[in-house]
Amino acid sequence: MEATAAIAPAIEKEEKQYSYLNLGPTHPATHGIFQNVLKMDGEVIVDSQPTIGYIHRAFEKLAERRPYNQITPITDRLNYCSAPINNIGWHMTVEKLLGVEIPKRVQYLRVIIMELARITDHLICNAVIGVDTGALTGFVYMFQQRELVYEIYEEICGARLTTNIGRIGGFERDFSPKAWEKIHKFLKEFPVVLEEFDSLLSRNRIFMDRTIGAGGISVEHALNYSFTGPNLRAAGVDYDVRVASPYSSYEDFDFVIPVGKNGDVYDRFMVRQEEMRQSLSIIKQAMKNLPEGPYHAVVPEFYLPHKEDVYNNMEALIYHFKIVMGETEVPKGEVYHCVEGGNGELGFYLISDGGRTPFRLHFRRPCFIFYQAYPEMIKGSMLSDAILTMSSMNVIAGELDA
Amino acid sequence: MEAAAQEKIISVINEKFEGEIIEATMLTDFFTIIVKKEQIVDIISHLYHHPDTKFQFLTTLCGIHFPEQNQIVVMYQLHNMVTNQRLRLKIFLSADNAVTKTLTTVFAAANWMERETYDFYGVIFEGHPNLKRILNVDEMIIFPMRKEYPLEDQTREDKNDLMFGR
Repeated sequence: MEATAAIAPAIEKEEKQYSYLNLGPTHPATHGIFQNVLKMDGEVIVDSQPTIGYIHRAFEKLAERRPYNQITPITDRLNYCSAPINNIGWHMTVEKLLGVEIPKRVQYLRVIIMELARITDHLICNAVIGVDTGALTGFVYMFQQRELVYEIYEEICGARLTTNIGRIGGFERDFSPKAWEKIHKFLKEFPVVLEEFDSLLSRNRIFMDRTIGAGGISVEHALNYSFTGPNLRAAGVDYDVRVASPYSSYEDFDFVIPVGKNGDVYDRFMVRQEEMRQSLSIIKQAMKNLPEGPYHAVVPEFYLPHKEDVYNNMEALIYHFKIVMGETEVPKGEVYHCVEGGNGELGFYLISDGGRTPFRLHFRRPCFIFYQAYPEMIKGSMLSDAILTMSSMNVIAGELDA
Repeated sequence: MEAAAQEKIISVINEKFEGEIIEATMLTDFFTIIVKKEQIVDIISHLYHHPDTKFQFLTTLCGIHFPEQNQIVVMYQLHNMVTNQRLRLKIFLSADNAVTKTLTTVFAAANWMERETYDFYGVIFEGHPNLKRILNVDEMIIFPMRKEYPLEDQTREDKNDLMFGR
């Protein structure tokens, strides 16, 4: 590997003999495709050199050739553990550019979906931290719950992992009674499982000894490396996009931003645990106060009309044709919209020159930005802690490589 | 952002860098300042340390290519988390000679963002500790996000995209 060659010449000059270890590109413990060339002194990591880009799919370039509604499936594949947040974040970016007023009911439904997605994202991350410390039971147990959420997605949009949920302007259909039933079922069952999982790990002596003090980062470093999301909050900064610049009516809900102190693996674990509880509370509030009204805004140029209208209504037919062919034009403008994704501030920087496709679309991908601190975080730690640090940062290859 | 806050940012820049601002506008809900390219890092560093602005968080950084003007824009987005103010700075570089200074001296996070900008737009950040390709293969000879490089191979004859524009 080329990366190995970059470090290797140093060997001859040094008196001490170091060993070089390729962690990845494909290794079950890295949960994705990244390579790290570790320079090791026994079991201790002296230096590391990450290589990324193994699953780069040129999303920003692809987006310059696609009409706006066709970009939604691209966003699915960024952070595929919480695809609906990406989808809805993108829809809101376009709505901001168009200046569309979104009905309150749509905003609340979006909040429900986004919080469900946040729960799946965090539960995978926390369950995997358990696996990497040797506790497989919790992982299998929690994965069953993810299945329940995926069934909810399936009921709403028909897809499970890469959801492509909703449309510009709202949802393709209102939530069916069965979907509500499944959400109620999840809200009833999940808190019990979550607390059981919590009692398995959070005060477990072995788990605590293993995670406290491992892979820590200070507040100053975290901010300088532009950390956001749970990783920044674990270091002690209460920055959350949902509160700092509320979108989709998040200002209506009561919730707490959990913060940690040391920014180590244990704090990140605990922050995510608490965020799942807060998400459950937000979903309950949204369901309790769910307003009546339409499930989509009036944006005929972007919102695909119903099939019966297409067959019976001239305007609907025209709009249907234009949307499917990608011939709708948007106003000129430049917007930045950010949402609180599973890993932090997920931003969409969009420039429109008035054409059918974006002139430029840049994704602010939290993973890409905080993963560069990884070599610094694992320097001086044991190899097993490096694995744990990576899984607790929740590095998602799709988001990292775009 | 209110007008008073905008004036304040402009006056902070003018305090030390008189005449560097080319244009300051509100784009949708985001305050954007276009500055001259020479002293961009010093301006950001000044905004970082000045007690009235304290933009101490780099949200993102990216390039934009304008083929008609033959220019590449480098866009910096800064954030003050205490007052929750956001600021976008832009510099215009010539596409034939896109060279600017590195921001890694101020923000560690700029490291990979600049590598990505170099990778896709060929912007050279002077003083960068490790300026090489990050997402694309090292052997690549073009800067693929520049507009002159089409998404698909234009020599293909089996696809007629005239009708559907794709």
